[in-house]
Amino acid sequence: MSELIMNAALFYAQATLSLAAACAGYRILIGPRAQDRILGLDTLYVTVMLLFLVVGLRLGSIFFFEAAMVIAVMGFVATVALAKFLYRGEVIE
Amino acid sequence: MTDFATIPLWIILPIALFLVIGSTLTLLGAIGLVRLKSFYDRIHAPTLGTSWGTAGIVIASMLFGSYIEGRAVIHEIALGLFITITTPVTLILLGRAALHRDRLEKADHLPEELRSLPEARDRAASD
Amino acid sequence: MIRRLIPHPLLSFALLLFWLVLTSFSVGNLLLGGVIALFAGTMMAKLQPATPRLRRVILLPKLFGIVFYDIIRSNLAVSWLIITRGRRGTRHSGFVPLDLELKDPTALALLSMIITATPGSAWIEYSADEDHLVVHVFDLIDEDLWRAQIKGRYESLLMEIFE
Repeated sequence: MSELIMNAALFYAQATLSLAAACAGYRILIGPRAQDRILGLDTLYVTVMLLFLVVGLRLGSIFFFEAAMVIAVMGFVATVALAKFLYRGEVIE
Repeated sequence: MTDFATIPLWIILPIALFLVIGSTLTLLGAIGLVRLKSFYDRIHAPTLGTSWGTAGIVIASMLFGSYIEGRAVIHEIALGLFITITTPVTLILLGRAALHRDRLEKADHLPEELRSLPEARDRAASD
Repeated sequence: MIRRLIPHPLLSFALLLFWLVLTSFSVGNLLLGGVIALFAGTMMAKLQPATPRLRRVILLPKLFGIVFYDIIRSNLAVSWLIITRGRRGTRHSGFVPLDLELKDPTALALLSMIITATPGSAWIEYSADEDHLVVHVFDLIDEDLWRAQIKGRYESLLMEIFE
């Protein structure tokens, strides 16, 4: 019984998180503007990080947690740098 | 692979519940990101995934780890805290950048009182 | 003397705790984490940040309780709006301008995090010279209600804690 419930929940979580990552990827592709793409990237990395946690839960391995931590840090730095670039880097005036 | 069959039901049920809550909220946020019409609406969507989406999965992972290890495993809290602290920073910067760009282009969808506000005035004064 | 050696005791302690949570507890890790935490505290002192002054720490749990409750409530509200396609197209979003009385930088940082972390409201722009804040609200029904909520629920409490 436990096995059935746990496998169902893990499958559901993996499927929904993959779908969410696909949605974020779609937003990155269609834009329409640079800020939309960065927002999509922000969502994508949080979703993939959560997916790593779920996979780690299924396989019972600590290494996925560390990979998730790295994704979180890299994603934060990337999106902040991109947002900052939008604010000052692009000179339209 | 972990053998889930040996784990009692009373610990599996809350883990499964938190997993489902967390992943559903993340998916809803991502659907909102695709479906909503304007950028300023879309900026609200990811916060679903980063507030209770993350919290749900982090809690599930903590419960599971603590049961397997037989002690309180709380290192996932670090991840949850990190996401809680960093998401507002990203979104505030992104919101400001979007407003800045819309102002430069004199976008029609900005309300009148937002079209020229402090920063533009400050820069005009300092130039 | 102790001030010079440990300039930010709270920060160093939090870092050490974090180090022990992320690794496992042992004497070696305690020493290594302690050295890193002290080093980070000294570096922090070199940056000379404005020291936040907490006046009534006792109210912090109350603030966290309120924010916790609001985040759950707005999570449900925003998910429902996304499922029902914004009550079948009748949802309106909009910008809410408001004037703040809060001045303390730490308190303002906390307020911006609270507003952005809650689904349904986003901090768009703040001008420190004019104490003017613009918030974007996902489901805007009554502008004055949002002003009252931000000022009455968060700002007054933050002012009590920090000023």
